[in-house]
Amino acid sequence: MSIVFQKTKGLTDVPTHYCPGCTHGIVHRLVGEALEELDVLGDAVGVAPVGCSVMAYNYFTCDMVQAAHGRAPAVATGLKRALPDNVIFTYQGDGDLAAIGTAETVHAATRGENITIIFINNAIYGMTGGQMAPTTLPGQVTQTTPYGRDTDTAGYPIRVCEMLSTLDGVAYAERVSVNNIKNITRAKAAIKKGFENQIAKKGFSIIEVVSSCPTNWGMTPSEALKWLDENMLSYYPLGVYKDVAEGVKHNA
Amino acid sequence: MSKVLMKGNEAIGEAAIYAGCKHFFGYPITPQTELSAYMSKKLPKIGGTFLQAESEVAAINMVMGAASAGIRAMTSSSSPGISLKTEGISYIAGCDLPCLIINVQRGGPGLGGIQPSQSDYNQATKAPGHGDLHLAVFAPASVQEMVSFVCDAFDTAEKYRMPAMLLADGLLGQMMEPVSFDDVKAYTPAEKPWAANGHKNRRPHNIINSLYLKPEELERTNFERFERYADLCKNGQRYEAYMTEDAEHIIVAFGIASRVAKSAISEARKQGVKVGLIRPQTLYPFPVSAFDTIKDDPKVKRIMSVELNMGQMINDIKLAVECKKPVELINRTGGIVPSVKEVYDRIMEANK
Repeated sequence: MSIVFQKTKGLTDVPTHYCPGCTHGIVHRLVGEALEELDVLGDAVGVAPVGCSVMAYNYFTCDMVQAAHGRAPAVATGLKRALPDNVIFTYQGDGDLAAIGTAETVHAATRGENITIIFINNAIYGMTGGQMAPTTLPGQVTQTTPYGRDTDTAGYPIRVCEMLSTLDGVAYAERVSVNNIKNITRAKAAIKKGFENQIAKKGFSIIEVVSSCPTNWGMTPSEALKWLDENMLSYYPLGVYKDVAEGVKHNA
Repeated sequence: MSKVLMKGNEAIGEAAIYAGCKHFFGYPITPQTELSAYMSKKLPKIGGTFLQAESEVAAINMVMGAASAGIRAMTSSSSPGISLKTEGISYIAGCDLPCLIINVQRGGPGLGGIQPSQSDYNQATKAPGHGDLHLAVFAPASVQEMVSFVCDAFDTAEKYRMPAMLLADGLLGQMMEPVSFDDVKAYTPAEKPWAANGHKNRRPHNIINSLYLKPEELERTNFERFERYADLCKNGQRYEAYMTEDAEHIIVAFGIASRVAKSAISEARKQGVKVGLIRPQTLYPFPVSAFDTIKDDPKVKRIMSVELNMGQMINDIKLAVECKKPVELINRTGGIVPSVKEVYDRIMEANK
């Protein structure tokens, strides 16, 4: 019997705590595979956020640091300045990156900090049980927007890739999804590119992954992927928003 | 023995470089700005990092990142900025990371003022962040001590795997005094097998973390951490005793207040008053041992705490003397330093 598929060496051999059908597992695998294929697992230091992926430090086989809520880009900055030849990445959710950690995100980006950020946008706070996130869609029902997100009182979602692509310090910003095989392949390529950019010292890279949260959306995993496809992708169009190497700016 | 004239804030920076710290993350705030400026000038020239962060919050988290990598890192601020750093300080303590935090105190609460103060004593020694934790707190009283305590603070932080703080004040930060770096011992980096610096496929992955969802595990980490604190409390208390042998009145003061107190004591001694000084050089651990004999010494009539706050250290003194002696407060606040005459008058009044 020959092995045709093997779990990446980038992930530990423990069951994750993620809910059934959650796309975190897919993104973890893609990150692990990218680090393994680039042969940098021994050089990588990841920073876990506060949120559903808080325990990512148990899942990645590289060295890991767990940061305070929203502070992962600052912690990653300290790591990168101390270890300029290592591969430093953060793995953050939308509440972490685009609400409580907005300042850390924007300023790491504008400094052109040579780090890679994997940003999970699932339009909700998962770990705390489904409250409104900075990325919650207008009209979307959550625990704290029981009548749907009212833009008159709760404002509008933040489009992170669009916002960050206006900053000169950003080398690469791409929005991908993992809702089907084609998009997973695209997401893998983008994540790998984010790490390659860092190794080539090109500067700040962010890969936003439009993701699902079946548990807090109150859907089955397949319904959730369908909802993502029908509702999120029109508000958060996939594509490359900035790629200094390719001369792409504000495209999508 | 060569001496240079340096401002306190700049001497801290130079001492940190001597101590092997090449990574500084800060945010501008008066009255510590000269330290940031000094580091921005020096560090790029020796292959280090000076980074002006977007906030105090980011600065302390950058320190956490650099400390996670196993290198010496520091930040500096003044009172309102330290409040912002308390989140990061708690995580750093919870992750058992060494680092140095400088607090060049100014008056509070709120935005307060920009004049010298000691009103962050309680914050530094009792609650520098949420949860069960401590900082090793050093209290210099001269620019020379700022130099030696910066080095000692880094060493203590690494030995006990805890953050350390240099608790100075606006006056010490701004004053110029001759200092020598001759006695600063060369820094040799220690092995840090716990560091998250890339395992090079040669060891299991290291995890720097303060999350323990199982209460028993979290309790175990707190017990273990407090064993280290207990060791520090046993072996790390530092103080200066000045003219205490025959003293009937004992003044307790740290930092700039202790210099005022010393002058007042000299004046009072000229009048034949038997008064001495206990000057804590560490505030955590508080030098309880300085009071071991004093508290049961029948000739000691009273203890007077001179502070630039509403009376914060006085509670630690009361605990140290186990309420066996009356403890009085001599204080000014809001950025005002008590004059020598004010302290002298209180001594003379007490001696009546």
